[in-house]
Amino acid sequence: MDETPNTLPRQSWTFSNDTNSEIRRAAATGIYDIRGGGAKRRVPHFDDLLFLGASMSRYPLEGYREKCETSVTLGTRFAKKPIELKIPITIAGMSFGSLSGPAKEALGRGATMAGTSTTTGDGGMTEEERGHSEKLVYQYLPSRYGMNPDDLRRADAIEVVVGQGAKPGGGGMLLGQKITERVAGMRDLPEGIDQRSACRHPDWTGPDDLEIKILELREITKWEKPIYIKVGGARPYYDVTLSVKAGADVIVLDGMQGGTAATQDVFIEHVGQPTLACIRPAVQALQDLGMHRKVQLVVSGGIRTGADVAKALALGADAVSIGTAALVAIGDNDPKWEAEYQKLGSTTGAYDDWHEGRDPAGITTQDPALMARLDPVEAGRRLRNYLNVLTLECQTLARACGKSHVHNLEPEDLCALTIEAAAMAQVPLAGTGWIPGKGGF
Amino acid sequence: MTATAIAETDTGVQTLDMTETPLREVNETLQAQSASTNQTRFVIENPRGSHAVAVGLDAPIEVTVKGSTGYYCAGMNKQATVHVTGSVGPGVAENMMSGTVIIDGDASQYAGATGHGGLLVVKGNASSRCGISMKGIDIVVHGNIGHMSAFMAQKGNLVVLGDAGDALGDSLYEARLFVRGKVKSLGADCIEKEMRPEHIALLRDLLDRAGADAKPEEFTRYGSARKLYNFNIDHAGDY
Repeated sequence: MDETPNTLPRQSWTFSNDTNSEIRRAAATGIYDIRGGGAKRRVPHFDDLLFLGASMSRYPLEGYREKCETSVTLGTRFAKKPIELKIPITIAGMSFGSLSGPAKEALGRGATMAGTSTTTGDGGMTEEERGHSEKLVYQYLPSRYGMNPDDLRRADAIEVVVGQGAKPGGGGMLLGQKITERVAGMRDLPEGIDQRSACRHPDWTGPDDLEIKILELREITKWEKPIYIKVGGARPYYDVTLSVKAGADVIVLDGMQGGTAATQDVFIEHVGQPTLACIRPAVQALQDLGMHRKVQLVVSGGIRTGADVAKALALGADAVSIGTAALVAIGDNDPKWEAEYQKLGSTTGAYDDWHEGRDPAGITTQDPALMARLDPVEAGRRLRNYLNVLTLECQTLARACGKSHVHNLEPEDLCALTIEAAAMAQVPLAGTGWIPGKGGF
Repeated sequence: MTATAIAETDTGVQTLDMTETPLREVNETLQAQSASTNQTRFVIENPRGSHAVAVGLDAPIEVTVKGSTGYYCAGMNKQATVHVTGSVGPGVAENMMSGTVIIDGDASQYAGATGHGGLLVVKGNASSRCGISMKGIDIVVHGNIGHMSAFMAQKGNLVVLGDAGDALGDSLYEARLFVRGKVKSLGADCIEKEMRPEHIALLRDLLDRAGADAKPEEFTRYGSARKLYNFNIDHAGDY
C-alpha cells in the first residue's frame, strides 16, 4: 500500500516570511524599522485605470502632425511672477543631506533641460541646485534648517510643507552618519548627531495662522513668488479647502506612495491614502470653491509613466511631481550595484536604507567616495530623457483621446478595472456605466 | 506712495502712517533701503495690530513702530533695528538673521522662533515657545516666559530675568538658557549646568546690550544633557 501523501508545507498568509522577518528584527533590536521610500504594499493605483480612446463618438489627433500642448503655468492666483513650465511634470522636494550634492545637481540639470522645476528639501538651498535649476521651488519646512531671506528671494516659488504622503502627521530624522560638516553647518547643528525634523511648524498653528504666515512670506518677497502648500494625502477635500482659504497659489497633494528619506516603516505603510483616492476629493474641493484651474493642483506619489501622468491630469490635476522615479532615472537601485546591495542585505529594486548613507549609487549618501560614483552631467541627461519620455507618452494618450492640450483630458476619458479604483477615481467600472457611490449600475 | 502718508521732518525721520499707507507700501519703503542709504530713521504710526510689519528688512536702518503689532513683526530681519513701543503678536523677529529688535511691551507665542542671529529684547513677558528652534539668535526677556520655551533650540542664548514655564528647553541642542527666576519644569534632555566664567562674561554682555538691570551671578544656566543626540532605545522613555 502506498504511503499517505503529505500535503505541501503551507506558508501562512498572515505570518508571511516578510512579517516573520520583521518580528525577528524587532525582537533583536527593540526599535521599529526605519527606511526610505514610499508604501510598498499594493494599493489601487493608476494601473487600475484605462483610457477609452477615440472611436465613433470622438476623433483622435494625428500623432505625428497635430500639436498636443503640454505647458502649464503655476501660481496664477496672487503671485506677480507665476512659474511657466514646458511640461506638467515637476521634480519633488528632496533634501540636501538626504541626497548628495551631485544628486541635487543632476536633478537640477535634468529638470532644466526638460523645461521644468525642481524643489529643495529640508536642509536649505545649495549652490548645486540653485546654479543648475532654472526654476527652483524653495521648501519652507517646520525645521527651517538653512532658511534665510536671501534664498527665499532667490527662489522661483515657495512651498510651505504641511505634510507629505509617506508620513502625513510625521516629522523626519536624518541620522548622524549623514551629518557631515557641510550638512551640519547648513543646519546649525553639531556634526554626527541625529537631526530631527519637526512635524509641526514652530510659529503657526492651523489655517488661520498659515494665512498670516503666507502674508509675511509674500511681503518679504514682494508678492512675486507663487506660494505652494504641500499636504500629505490624509483628508484631501478639507486639506485643499483650507489651503485655498489660507491663500495658496498652488496645492501639492502627495499620496501614500510618495517617498521619504527616512521614517518608520509602520508610518509609511499604515498612514495616509493612496494617491488615486486623493485626487477626486481634492478636485471636488477646488470646484466647490470655484477655484479649479485658478489654484493649481500638483499631484505626486507613485508617478512612474506617461500613463500615470495622463491619468492624474485627466482626473483634474494641473501637473504631477516625481521623486522616487527621478532617483531611479539617475541611477537609484540600478542592477549594476547588485553585488553591493547584497552586501548591505538588500537587492536591486528593494534597497531602501536611504537614511544610512551607504547608497552604492552615490545618491542618498554624503560619503565622498560613494558620491563620486554619480556623474551629475550624465545623470542629468538621463533625467532629461526620462522626463521627455513621460511627456511623449502623456501626449500620445491625450492625442488618442482627441485632446490638443494634455489639460483637456478629463474623467470621461477613463474607465476603471476594479470596483475600488472606480470608486476612488469616480470613473465607471470597465464595461459598465457604474461609478460606485454615484449610481449608474 | 501717497504724499500725505509720509512726513519727513527736518530731523531726517521719515514717518509712515498706516492709517493712510498700506502694509505693502510700508514694507516696500523699508525694504528698498540699501546699506548706503542716507535715510536711516523711520517711524511707523498707527500699526493697529497689523501683521507682518517691517518684515524682510536688510539695511542698517532704525525703525520705530509706535503702537502694537500682530503676527511676525520684524520677521527675517537683517541689519535693521526695529523698536516697537507697544506689544507684539506671535512670531516677532522670527527667523531673524541679524540686527536688533526691541519690544517695550509683551510678546505673544514663538518670539524669536528659528532666529539665526541678532538680538531680540522683550521688556515685558514672552508667551509660550519663546525661542523655539532658535539657531543662533540672542533673546533677552526682562519678564517671564511661557511653557515649551527653547523647544529644540539649536544655537544662541535665551536670557530670562523672570520665571520660565513648563518644559523649558525640551529636546534642546546647543543653545544656552539663563534664567534668574524659577523654572516650573525642565523639558526632556534639559539639565542645569555649571556657570563658568565664560558664561558670566557672555551674560554680562547680553544683559548690558539689552538694557537689563541684573547681575549675571543671579542666573542659573541650563543646557542639553545630550542624551537624545543619537537614538538609543534605552532613552526612548525620556521623550
